[in-house]
Amino acid sequence: LSQGAGGRAMMQLIGEVFARALGNEYLNQGDDGARLPAPGGRIVIATDAHVVSPLFFPGGDIGCLAVHGTLNDVAVMGATPLYLAASFILEEGFPLADLIRIVDSMATAAREAGVPVVTGDTKVVEAGKADGVFITTTGVGSLREDVDLSGAHARPGDGVLLSGPIGDHGMAIMSLREGLAFDAPIVSDTAALHGLVKTLLDAVPTIRCLRDPTRGGLASTLNEISRQSGVGMVIEEAAIPVRPAVAAACELLGLDPLNVACEGRLVVICPPEQEAAALAALSAHPLGREAALVGRVQADPACFVQMRTRFGGRRHVDWLSGEQLPRIC
Amino acid sequence: MRTGRSIHIRGLVQGVGFRPFVWHLARELGLAGWVRNDAAGVHILAEGPDAALDALISRLQAEAPLGARVDQISTRVEPATGHGDFRIVDSGGGAVQTVIGPDTATCGDCLRELFDPADRRWRHPFITCTHCGPRYSLTRRLPYDRAHTSMAGFALCADCTREYTDPADRRFHAEPICCPACGPRLGLLDGQGRALAGDPIAVCLERLRAGDIVAIKGLGGFHLACDARNGAAVARLRLRKNREQKPFALMAANAASLVPWAQVDASALALLESPERPVVLLPKGAELEGLAPGLVELGAMLPCTPIQFLLFHEAAGRPAGMDWLRQTQPLLLVMTSANPGGEPLVIDNQEALACLQGIADALLLHDRDILVRCDDSVLRAGRTPAFIRRARGYTPSAIRLPRAGPSVLALGGGLKNTVCLTRGDEAFVSQHLGDQENVASYDFFEQTVAHLLSILEVEPAIVAHDLHPDFHATRYALDFAAQRGIPALAVQHHQAHLAAIAAEHGHEGPLLGLALDGMGLGSDGQAWGGELLLLEVAGFSRLGHLETLPLPGGDRAAREPWRLGAAALHRLGRGDEIPRRFADRPLAPALAALLQQGRHCPETSSLGRVFDAAAALLGVALESNFEGQAAMLLEARAVGHGDAPAWDDAWHITTERKLDLLPLLARLADWTGTSGEAAARFHASLGAALAQWLLGAAQERGLSVVALGGGCLLNRILALNLVDSLENAGLTVLRARQLPPGDGGISLGQAWVARQKMEY
Ligand SMILES: [Fe+3]
Ligand SMILES: [Mg+2]
Ligand SMILES: [Zn+2]
Ligand SMILES: [Zn+2]
Repeated sequence: LSQGAGGRAMMQLIGEVFARALGNEYLNQGDDGARLPAPGGRIVIATDAHVVSPLFFPGGDIGCLAVHGTLNDVAVMGATPLYLAASFILEEGFPLADLIRIVDSMATAAREAGVPVVTGDTKVVEAGKADGVFITTTGVGSLREDVDLSGAHARPGDGVLLSGPIGDHGMAIMSLREGLAFDAPIVSDTAALHGLVKTLLDAVPTIRCLRDPTRGGLASTLNEISRQSGVGMVIEEAAIPVRPAVAAACELLGLDPLNVACEGRLVVICPPEQEAAALAALSAHPLGREAALVGRVQADPACFVQMRTRFGGRRHVDWLSGEQLPRIC
Repeated sequence: MRTGRSIHIRGLVQGVGFRPFVWHLARELGLAGWVRNDAAGVHILAEGPDAALDALISRLQAEAPLGARVDQISTRVEPATGHGDFRIVDSGGGAVQTVIGPDTATCGDCLRELFDPADRRWRHPFITCTHCGPRYSLTRRLPYDRAHTSMAGFALCADCTREYTDPADRRFHAEPICCPACGPRLGLLDGQGRALAGDPIAVCLERLRAGDIVAIKGLGGFHLACDARNGAAVARLRLRKNREQKPFALMAANAASLVPWAQVDASALALLESPERPVVLLPKGAELEGLAPGLVELGAMLPCTPIQFLLFHEAAGRPAGMDWLRQTQPLLLVMTSANPGGEPLVIDNQEALACLQGIADALLLHDRDILVRCDDSVLRAGRTPAFIRRARGYTPSAIRLPRAGPSVLALGGGLKNTVCLTRGDEAFVSQHLGDQENVASYDFFEQTVAHLLSILEVEPAIVAHDLHPDFHATRYALDFAAQRGIPALAVQHHQAHLAAIAAEHGHEGPLLGLALDGMGLGSDGQAWGGELLLLEVAGFSRLGHLETLPLPGGDRAAREPWRLGAAALHRLGRGDEIPRRFADRPLAPALAALLQQGRHCPETSSLGRVFDAAAALLGVALESNFEGQAAMLLEARAVGHGDAPAWDDAWHITTERKLDLLPLLARLADWTGTSGEAAARFHASLGAALAQWLLGAAQERGLSVVALGGGCLLNRILALNLVDSLENAGLTVLRARQLPPGDGGISLGQAWVARQKMEY
């Protein structure tokens, strides 16, 4: 791609790529914005900028990730996602073939999720000012009046459920980046979660809180909920599903799976009497087959998240202030 | 002629029988007046002939009771007002007993009663007097008197009351005293908490002899005990405690009974028999299976509490008198802290029953609560005794600072943490608090801070903490400072290591030193640990450091020395050897690739990691079961071999004053002889290299006093080597004496840096 002379032609070409892959009645209106039917209930909006390196990884690429990431932010509010908007920042010199691949993947993800991309924008910046492509997506969803999920709603005694193994996405990216070879490659868990959320909320409308443990992993997510709700948590190391390949990669790199990102997992905080029903609902869905009860909320003014280790000791689950700094003395 | 003297005594003079001592002395000298405790220590008003008054003052210092420490005596002449006799006066008027003494071992006088069938305290498991027994561990708060101890619930009987109130009695105001009629009760439970019939001591001994593991309540917490001669019992204890290799301590009736298992020289004997009763690391003799696998030292201690003495007494057949205690006794017990799975030491009866399920077959316990947890202290004897862990017997004794100043709360680091609170010219360093990542250890840390603040009754003016933002102690420090509106100061880990030494030695000028350590976060965000530093008032400069090695997998590498072996090979340009040399490591090829790419490989200048690399290259240790294990195993090989020459081409010092040890690691990578010889030559070379490095800087700066700190100083060969070379070159070498050289001393160093910051 180039930005300078012939830019107009280039922009036209890009426009065609998007139109062909993503086209729908709203996008095709061709105006500065999209005119949409008003949804019922309250509106939920979430926006997320997606930067990932490498752009293509086992299980996905930045295109489908940009769809899933934002849809999931809408979904964990308990809302039904309806529309997506997307904006692209492309680096000069970015291969057109890669762009087509990414946009096609985005289109597939949006189609599978049943959520159209209704408006978008593209800019090309000088080489060196971006890393290939950055995609910002915004999602709009509708939220029923009676659904009220929040990180501030966790109560002592509540169960902490996880919809599947942790760390798949982060370690898929990292293994590729570090050139780690395993017998079977680690595949990202990137997926749209609103179907799973709907199944869960239909079965257990009294769920307190949903989150997708992305950046910072399960550890950050649980710490955030604890702080927001003013409670503590105890999780069980032995109950947290981690795939062997993920565990091995973490061991090599010296990472804790608790700090590694997921892109298709759900953390569920649920009243204790609904735990079994919630677990059954999650397990019945293809994206929640390996769901597990991993811990419990407890009263703790210090809002600590603790983990009972396999040896029976309890350790703090950290909320790191930045990258993991070596700490062993 | 008859005059008066007002005498103020400062130091550790409360709760140690100081007033009765003064009372006896004054009566003997025919003096009148009174003695009482006040906020600063002990205050005496004495009247009589000048010669007798002078004798009193000189003997106060010379004959002070066991456990007391007189820091300062100030006197003022007063007119005589005609007191008739000499009395012990109540503190009264809210004047508090300002100091709680440390816990000490049962004294000789109490032992004589304990083993005298005619004495009313014959075989009494709670015998104590003003000179011995529990103090710190059973005191809730100040003032130190019975109502504030866990003896509060045990009303004194008539006989005990008489002793407690008679100034002439050696139990006058001994707060925890009691007798079989009025004291706590000893009991033996099985693993399910059911009482076992029979004499608790006798049945406990039977169980131990049968190979059972028994939890025994001590002064600062529970121990797990088993028959040290029974290899199967020891193995069972390891399995149940989930402690594969970390050494266990041995308890014997006396030093004579440690033969032939350990060598006890005069300095070791003094430590073993000291009232503080630490675990003392001794050169190992004949092997007791499973106690200290692969190591050259064995930790041993002598009985400390009446209960422990009674077990040995029972084993000896309940002899009358003290002779048996001087004879060799066959009973040997493993005595290891009851802290399952890296948790803090268990102190509570209910907690013991719950936590030690499946570990202890029986529990020997009683209803006198332990209020303050305190692990066993561990020291190494020798020319210069050194702390490995400072806790029971030593806390809460203060470390004297060179002068008074604002109060500082210093919260220490991460692993093996302690905290420190200063008051005036005293620094109170807490007992060993353990790894702050562990939830229960962190709770213990919080309780200890609160406890220190309450018993010392000071408001800190500043809080000091480590640079590492993710240490729980750091977060606590920042919260604490914000809540109280006082400043917080981050102190670099290795600056703190050396500042701790400066503080305890009262060295106030610039100080050049080596911090030889595992790891600490540096001012530049890198992992430091082999540092040549110049400390100046409240600041420091990094004059040099070890040439760095990559840490493949970050912290993980510190637990797996083979990763450092691989890192060294990589740095030597021999990365292709990694998969072959570490063929039994499935991750070896991937690790080699990681090193090649330089990803997830933070650099470290840590000397501890150089030890790891050496141990791995020699095949001595590929994994670390506990902190420092690889270095300890390497040291053991070197000791086994004996003296060996250094390789004098095995290091070089760069123009930026970096010490490059890579040639030394290359030597090890190519070594084909015995690992013992290589380990010995490694230690010799390291000592020579470090000495040359420090000496060069000292000469350049014209400094004659240097400090050596950091956890690597626990390596005896390295420490002695270095000290000898430096002293032979005419330098004065300061080392940690009153605290461990490792992270247990960090809090004092932080406090000292913060104090200087406040003052300048
Ligand atoms: Fe250190
Ligand atoms: Mg987001
Ligand atoms: Zn005594
Ligand atoms: Zn009594």
